[in-house]
Amino acid sequence: MTALLTLVGLGKSFGGLRAVQDLNLTLNEGEILGLIGPNGAGKSTVFNLINGIYPPDSGRILLEGRDITREPPYQVARHGLARAHQIVQPLLGLSVLDNCTVGACFGRENLPLHRAQDVAREVADSVGLGNRLDTLASALTTAGKKRLELARALSSRPRVLLLDEVLAGLNPTETEGMIQTVRRIREGGVAILMIEHIMRAIMSLSDRIVVLNVGRKLAEGTPHEVANNPDVIAAYLGDAQLMANVENSG
Amino acid sequence: MTEPLLKVEALEAGYDDVQVLWGISLKVERSSMTTLLGANGAGKTTILRAITGTIRPYSGSVVFQGEEVTRLPAHAKAACGLVLVPEGRQLFGDMSVEENLEMGAYCHRARSKFSDQIEQVYALFPRLKERRRQKAGTFSGGEQQMLAIGRGLMAAPEVLLIDELSLGLAPVVVQQIVSALVALKKLGLTILLVEQNVQLALALSDYAYVIADGRPFIEGSCREVAVKPEIRQAYLGL
Repeated sequence: MTALLTLVGLGKSFGGLRAVQDLNLTLNEGEILGLIGPNGAGKSTVFNLINGIYPPDSGRILLEGRDITREPPYQVARHGLARAHQIVQPLLGLSVLDNCTVGACFGRENLPLHRAQDVAREVADSVGLGNRLDTLASALTTAGKKRLELARALSSRPRVLLLDEVLAGLNPTETEGMIQTVRRIREGGVAILMIEHIMRAIMSLSDRIVVLNVGRKLAEGTPHEVANNPDVIAAYLGDAQLMANVENSG
Repeated sequence: MTEPLLKVEALEAGYDDVQVLWGISLKVERSSMTTLLGANGAGKTTILRAITGTIRPYSGSVVFQGEEVTRLPAHAKAACGLVLVPEGRQLFGDMSVEENLEMGAYCHRARSKFSDQIEQVYALFPRLKERRRQKAGTFSGGEQQMLAIGRGLMAAPEVLLIDELSLGLAPVVVQQIVSALVALKKLGLTILLVEQNVQLALALSDYAYVIADGRPFIEGSCREVAVKPEIRQAYLGL
């Protein structure tokens, strides 16, 4: 197995809050790795560190062996790492095609405009937006905007894709469609690191799962191993001790 | 069997074109504590919003004290005694503690009970009395949650719906607030509770509904639900 993305001893604090502590993580070629954890576990911070939204306080980030720690987001994108955001960020006044073209122009292959449009068309088609190329992003439904967010990221021809809650806000039919799309993206040779709250979905999609809790790695393994890990169950279902304390205090 | 205080049937609701709830039904018996459980994004807050009228359900019904109130606006529901303590407290930050409590007693039926209610709130949370002239915005998270519950009580609720009781609060503060809830329950207050700490919610409540992906998943007495493997499945997907 070849490691595409490696986090080594990654740490980040905000004031007194240690959002991420000493995190080691490897994403292998062809893999879907799920990143889960209760509210406030540090999942989004990990994404923000990886794609350069903010620099880590400690540790290193390696993409295909290249150190990308502290590189700004646009450089990270050029090196082959793209991100689809939870709150979609389309250029609302541009068409689907133009949104994707922007992604392709500033991606790994650094394409000229006409070539970028070819890539954009192909990618839009692959996520099911092939018949909406001229539609303004603002006119898409929630599900459409989610697909566009994915297409914009894929247009940069990434080796690694960060997916932040791509299923949030979709109805059951749309969710099923999006799951199929994510599987196809992986089959196309892109390794995926994903955050997702719909547990049934992430458990069925992921090859491996990493569980974060209060900024630290709590567990790592196959979905089955993780779902049966007592520490993970306690992190999700809460601490029984609290109620015992209330009862004892009268 | 007497009619439950609050009965929700086949509720469907969401935000514009994003449907969140798909056929939610539940009952809250008078003088009981009922808890609503489910993973992030399951739809718990949306259920409370649809019941209290801060969003309008697409379909289904909310029957409160035997009357259909589904489409009443939020202020009218609050005036009947269907009162929400919202997630994140939503206090009036520039107002004092006492002014916030006064706002809670805004509706007609609560005004006549004002002095009794405020005595009860101050007895429950002495901290609020000590600081009654202080601006709510200067409070710690725990004090704000006490004030939010106090404001809810000032509305003279028939049922108090509490969204995320302990979220973001230190364990010692949670214990204080939980002790207050236990006291309220003993006084016969009806409560519908959303709480992220599943163990705590199950220990505190009588009956539990577990929601998954906006749909009913399992329900039962808290004693039964606490030992069901499905509870883990609802939170962890496997």
